Amino acid sequence: MEKSITQKANYYRRKTTNVFMMSLTLLSALVAILPLLFIFYYTISKGISHLNIDFFIKMPTPVGETGGGMANAIIGTLILLGIGGGIGLPIGIMTGTYLSEFGNNKFGFMIRFLTDVLSGVPSIVVGVIAYTLVVIPMKHFSAFAGGVALAILMIPIITRTTEEMIKLVPHSYREAGLALGIPKWKISISIVIRSAWKGIATGILLGLARAAGETAPLLFTALGNRFWSIKIFQPIASLTVYIYEYATAPFTDWNEQAWTASLVLISLISIMSLLFRFITRSKYKNVN
Amino acid sequence: MRYNSEVISNNKEKLNSKKTSRKNNLIKRLLGSRNLGDLIFERLTLLFAVLVFLLIVFMGYEMYTQSKLSISKFGWHFLFNTTWNPVDEVFGAAPAIFGTLVSSFLALLISLPLGLGVAIFLSELSPSWLEKPLSFLTELLAGIPSVVYGLWGIFILVPWLRTVVEPFLMKHYGYLPFFKGVPYGFGMLAAVIILSIMVLPIISSISRDVLKAVPTSQRAAAFALGATKWESTKIVLANARTGILGATMLGMGRAVGETMAVTMVIGNRPMISASLFNPSYTMASVLANEFTEATSDLYLNSLIELALILFIITIIINIAARLLVWSMERKWKKA
Amino acid sequence: MNVVDKIKTVQEPARFFSEKDNIKILVKNLSAFFGKNKVLKNIYIDIPEKKVIAIIGPSGCGKSTFLRNLDRMHEVVGGTITGSITFDGEDIMQMDPVYVRRKIGMVFQKPNPFPTMSIFNNVVAGLKLNGFKNKKKLSEIVEKSLKQAALWDEVKDMLNESGGAISGGQQQRLCIARTLAVNPEVILMDEPASALDPISTAKIEELIFELKKNYTIVIVTHNMQQAARVSDYTAFFFMGELVEFSETNKMFTAPDKKQTEDYITGRFG
Repeated sequence: MEKSITQKANYYRRKTTNVFMMSLTLLSALVAILPLLFIFYYTISKGISHLNIDFFIKMPTPVGETGGGMANAIIGTLILLGIGGGIGLPIGIMTGTYLSEFGNNKFGFMIRFLTDVLSGVPSIVVGVIAYTLVVIPMKHFSAFAGGVALAILMIPIITRTTEEMIKLVPHSYREAGLALGIPKWKISISIVIRSAWKGIATGILLGLARAAGETAPLLFTALGNRFWSIKIFQPIASLTVYIYEYATAPFTDWNEQAWTASLVLISLISIMSLLFRFITRSKYKNVN
Repeated sequence: MRYNSEVISNNKEKLNSKKTSRKNNLIKRLLGSRNLGDLIFERLTLLFAVLVFLLIVFMGYEMYTQSKLSISKFGWHFLFNTTWNPVDEVFGAAPAIFGTLVSSFLALLISLPLGLGVAIFLSELSPSWLEKPLSFLTELLAGIPSVVYGLWGIFILVPWLRTVVEPFLMKHYGYLPFFKGVPYGFGMLAAVIILSIMVLPIISSISRDVLKAVPTSQRAAAFALGATKWESTKIVLANARTGILGATMLGMGRAVGETMAVTMVIGNRPMISASLFNPSYTMASVLANEFTEATSDLYLNSLIELALILFIITIIINIAARLLVWSMERKWKKA
Repeated sequence: MNVVDKIKTVQEPARFFSEKDNIKILVKNLSAFFGKNKVLKNIYIDIPEKKVIAIIGPSGCGKSTFLRNLDRMHEVVGGTITGSITFDGEDIMQMDPVYVRRKIGMVFQKPNPFPTMSIFNNVVAGLKLNGFKNKKKLSEIVEKSLKQAALWDEVKDMLNESGGAISGGQQQRLCIARTLAVNPEVILMDEPASALDPISTAKIEELIFELKKNYTIVIVTHNMQQAARVSDYTAFFFMGELVEFSETNKMFTAPDKKQTEDYITGRFG
């Protein structure tokens, strides 16, 4: 079969376009990773300089003095995560359970829709809500208010993951349990949720990791604290707020500490992720 | 007489026994047909779901009531007034709204093609050994906290813009209104760049899911007709366009609400200008900067009204986005 | 008895068994629905004690639906019924469904052990999840049930392995052991061997022979040879109706109805 000249030209044009467009996509993939590499590189290289024991044990020094650490901020972040998790986890898991077990009605549909809406609300708006909910009635800033803000941020993620993971459990497990004369609620808890818990744990991890990196909602709920405080109903320091303050401050020493704090924060989030992967590894070697 | 009383007492016994057996049946039926544990389980989980419902309703309601002062004072003018002056207590949201919308839109202009490119690469082109680590890396990008982006922005991006990029743009394209003004480094351009980096993972991961949802039969059909990879991809893209639009809108929603990184590099001045070099303000930045400094009730109310506007904008964008993504998934489930 | 009652009793078909026989489950005028769809039509059937009843019929004739009505699994998927099913004289729809299902156990077509539990815990799942805690007693029950299910020798050294770590035939016997552990009186089997290889199938059939000494068994099967081998009585269902019920020998050699004969000789189905 002879190809005419125009056919040949067409063929080459198409081939060239193909190679061109596909290389463009490769290029965009590379460009996309570039900022990631940059950020990691700078965070590690600049953050290392102040990474010593002092950073973890010492308190921040008065303005103008060098040295000191962020012990209060590290504890503060952990406490805030604890409060946020303590409120958000049960609410998220229970709501997710409700949606998957009983939620095939209009009310369930509405809840699902509203949690989707909630997941799109900017974290700063959630901070404003926590402000009106907690700070105004209490008349002062507190770790509790910050925890509430973080909980509101975690609830949609945990709810949605819980619901989806429970839905993935095969119906045959439920049937087997029912046929044995086990009450429905026991089946839901001891068989279904037990099968789904790894997925649920991943959702919890995602929620916690997101909350750990949040700054905006803490700015006017937990506020911040230059002193050591683990009181729940007082303002509390956090790594994220410190990074913000120290980065925007005119002191070079503070700027450098901001990098170190970033390094610690990113490491904290990564450790949480690895820890969860470790906990949720399979107990049995060969499970069908 | 005795006969009657015997009949009466017999009948009484019959009635009593009927009553007790009816009571027994009732209890049996209550406990029997519905296990008590099931009831408690259902009601307990329902309670939490109702809690979530109340929370969200409460959010909208509270923000509305807490901004009543400024709503009544400024009315619709609030949206169009270009003066945001806390000192004189004149609050107009226009600069902040402008800053938010423009920065998000421009960021999307950059991250949409890039994100789509990554998605296409991952779903159509890349060998499987590369796909997993690459997609893992893009998701890692999404996990970096906003403040860390801001920190990097202040000390790495902004100086680079100030010393290299902006002078370059001024020199070669300075006749355009976008590149006039003094190159501070801080300003709209820095915000746009950081936003595009932060939004990219969302667009790329959702687009990738959407592309993957298109059945391989479509690609197979294209190849069977002698199409090149790019041509087959164009067909897949056409199928997925609703979902990609949805991904874009979700990215827009994220960009609109992004606070810290933007606040740290945008310069935080309520002005509306065409130049990318000039500082600007977004709604989220206003809230972050000024919330703790609101001294008067009117100030606080105006800030909360700003939060309400931001809330409504993000809700609308998110609803539209979800509808688009859902409709695309449903279309392929039916087919 | 007034005229209406007399007419109603006249319309009931003659019972296969007499008052002397011990009837475990009595089904009277059972019609089952999925929404408006009537899938079982006016079934009358007696299930005698400690015998094996096979239910045969072509695909879609309602045999599985019928079986699932006996332990109230029909309502779990949203089905409804009219008519009555009595177990030892009591209407099962008036009883606690959890209690019904403990007394009437079920083995499913596809083995479904709980993969997150060990073999040991799988066997006693029905007991443990109802609060039974005595460890020594549990071990005894595990051994007894696994022996009854002819699985003990094969798994006695791996009781802590996952329930999903054994072969399909072994999994099905594990499910049978699990059902036996809650001490039911009736065991319902929904095509228990259709997902298994011939050797496992033979093992399960041997098991049924042993089990019927102590339990009443109702087995749905699409394999007529299996029904002929294993059961004492056979019921032939067609399009939601009970066409014929008789002793197995008679059903497969000299059936009463022509429809039965046609199905058995393979003219349809």
